[in-house]
Amino acid sequence: MEIILFEIALTFYFAAAIVCVLELFKGTKTTSTIMLSLAAVGFAFHTSNIIARYVLSGHIPIANLHEASSFFSWCIVLLFFFLEYRYKLGLLGSFIMPIVFVLMLSSSMLPRKIEPLSPVLQSYWLGVHTVLAFLGDAAFAMAFGIGIMYLTQEHFVKSKHLGGLFQRLPSLQTLDEINYRLITVGFPLLTLAIITGALWAESAWGSYWRWDPKEVWSLITWFIYAVVLHIRLVAGWRGRRAAILSIIGFCVVLFTFFGVNLVLESKHIF
Amino acid sequence: MKVLVLGVNHITATVEIREKLAFNGPKLEEGVSGLRQVPEVREVAVLSTCNRVELYTCVNTIAAASENIRNFLATFHGMQRSEFEKSLYVHSGSDAVRHVFRVASSLDSMVLGEPQILGQIKDTFDFALSKKSTGILLNKLMKKAISTAKRVRTETKIAENAVSISFAAVELAKKIFTNLAGKSFMLLGAGEMAELAARHLVNNGVQDVMVVNRTYERGCELAREFNGRPVKFEDFLHELVNTDIIICSTGAPSYVLLKDQMHKVMKERKHRPVFIIDISVPRNIDPEINDVDNVYLYNVDDLQGVVHSNIHERKKEAEKAEAIIDEEVEKFNRWLSSLDSVPTIVALRQKAEEIKREELDRFKNRFSDLGEEKTKAVEYLASAITNKLIHPPTVALKEDTEDRDELIAMIKKLYAIDGDDE
Repeated sequence: MEIILFEIALTFYFAAAIVCVLELFKGTKTTSTIMLSLAAVGFAFHTSNIIARYVLSGHIPIANLHEASSFFSWCIVLLFFFLEYRYKLGLLGSFIMPIVFVLMLSSSMLPRKIEPLSPVLQSYWLGVHTVLAFLGDAAFAMAFGIGIMYLTQEHFVKSKHLGGLFQRLPSLQTLDEINYRLITVGFPLLTLAIITGALWAESAWGSYWRWDPKEVWSLITWFIYAVVLHIRLVAGWRGRRAAILSIIGFCVVLFTFFGVNLVLESKHIF
Repeated sequence: MKVLVLGVNHITATVEIREKLAFNGPKLEEGVSGLRQVPEVREVAVLSTCNRVELYTCVNTIAAASENIRNFLATFHGMQRSEFEKSLYVHSGSDAVRHVFRVASSLDSMVLGEPQILGQIKDTFDFALSKKSTGILLNKLMKKAISTAKRVRTETKIAENAVSISFAAVELAKKIFTNLAGKSFMLLGAGEMAELAARHLVNNGVQDVMVVNRTYERGCELAREFNGRPVKFEDFLHELVNTDIIICSTGAPSYVLLKDQMHKVMKERKHRPVFIIDISVPRNIDPEINDVDNVYLYNVDDLQGVVHSNIHERKKEAEKAEAIIDEEVEKFNRWLSSLDSVPTIVALRQKAEEIKREELDRFKNRFSDLGEEKTKAVEYLASAITNKLIHPPTVALKEDTEDRDELIAMIKKLYAIDGDDE
């Protein structure tokens, strides 16, 4: 049952992503309404999938890589709807929904079996630590999408190619401001995720910090975003440079999330 | 009754002829009432703008009316007919309807898609209404012209994207800064185009306005005009740190702002974006400044390029607009033909027959034992009454009087006969 819910959500996200990409070439009010409706239906099924897994397993369903990347996508879609509602940025979906779809697709290819939680994970820290981490990562994903939008729009303005896409993309200042705001939201969430992780590690393994690759790469991510915020405030790095940094930042986030498990040995399941 | 349009516009007539033919000020009222008196003319409305003078009329016979109107124009404006005959275009019937729709939708304008013409058409219509110089036909035509123009505006992108340099500059500014309110602006130099662009920026909410001029007095003068403050030429570099938008139009023979200087300025203003518009020829701002991060430099050719591509875009949209107009003309013609008296008479008869039949059926059901003879008599009575009742309106409809169109509309309304009126 819950697998069907997941598949339906995946299908709707796929359709939304297709419409989003088409929207880049020829966008009207109708296409954006269709895209939002598809995403909303997908989100509803996705939410019920997560609830179903919670009921079936009896614990928060973020306990393996499949559930983690599914929950990661869920956070991004949630944030997407919030931004769409708050700022009504044209074409935001075109830059976000493909990311959501890819994350969901990779989630669908990972083992989905619900297995009993190992004793180490049986802690309320599981929920707190992972939810904080993924909300923060979702903000960074959003900043990544907005960063790409910024670079695209800036390219149009600088090169004086003022076509239809230029008309439909938001202004540079808006994009830069939202990019900054997202990082100011994501950064404290990441900080809290690292702190709660350390506290959990202490209670589970007996030490706060064990130089586990996941921990190291999280720290690297943390430093990158700290630098982004710092040089913006001190040296006024904004616009293109801030956009590039937020794109690099998210690549590191993705490596920390997927890469570490694939390439390096880690105590973290995800 | 037919629609007849006579007119001249910026393409067919020189400005001298347009001036002579114009109906401005008190001439408009005199002209409208004068035209009402012209034989064969039944309804009239006059559009008179700097680019066109058009007479929208509704006439009995095209040829005679057209002749009479020309004579009227000559006497009214004190001209020889030969002076304007060549510039005059005459449209009648379906072509006239299409012409009015195209004018209102700004497809016939000098600047394709410009918005003023619709307002002018509305004024023309309001004036005619206030003088009661139009009737059922022109009222409908004008209303349809306005709604068609609105349809064109919403369903095509004909009015989107700036087609003048100063508007293009404002549009660009809005894509760099979300909101121009609270942004600071420097006018470096002077000149017609620069001042026009400056005015558009101020109208869009730019607040802190600085005016720099080689001659300080001229600067003060301009500053007063824009509600800004004058800045001495020597100090302008210093003020750049607080400037978001610059319009440059000085007569300097070389660059007044170099890349290195801009680098320094950007560092000082913490890389907040700057939009520079260099209208001067030769250019006054080092073009390489466009490579500095967060600096966007446009010169007059760049803006011209934007305008050209926007005009091209509008021309493509105009094709879509023509299709909409075709549709609306078709609808109007259908309405027009429904105004003919013959179909109205037929419809009226049908309506009467229908009522008679219904009532007779009801009667027969109720008094089914009446016997054939008596039923026949009742039928005869019913027919006699209905025929007597519809005889006068039928006769009136057949007469070719001044107000026949109104009469037709009235009868349709009174007897609830559906016309093809959407």
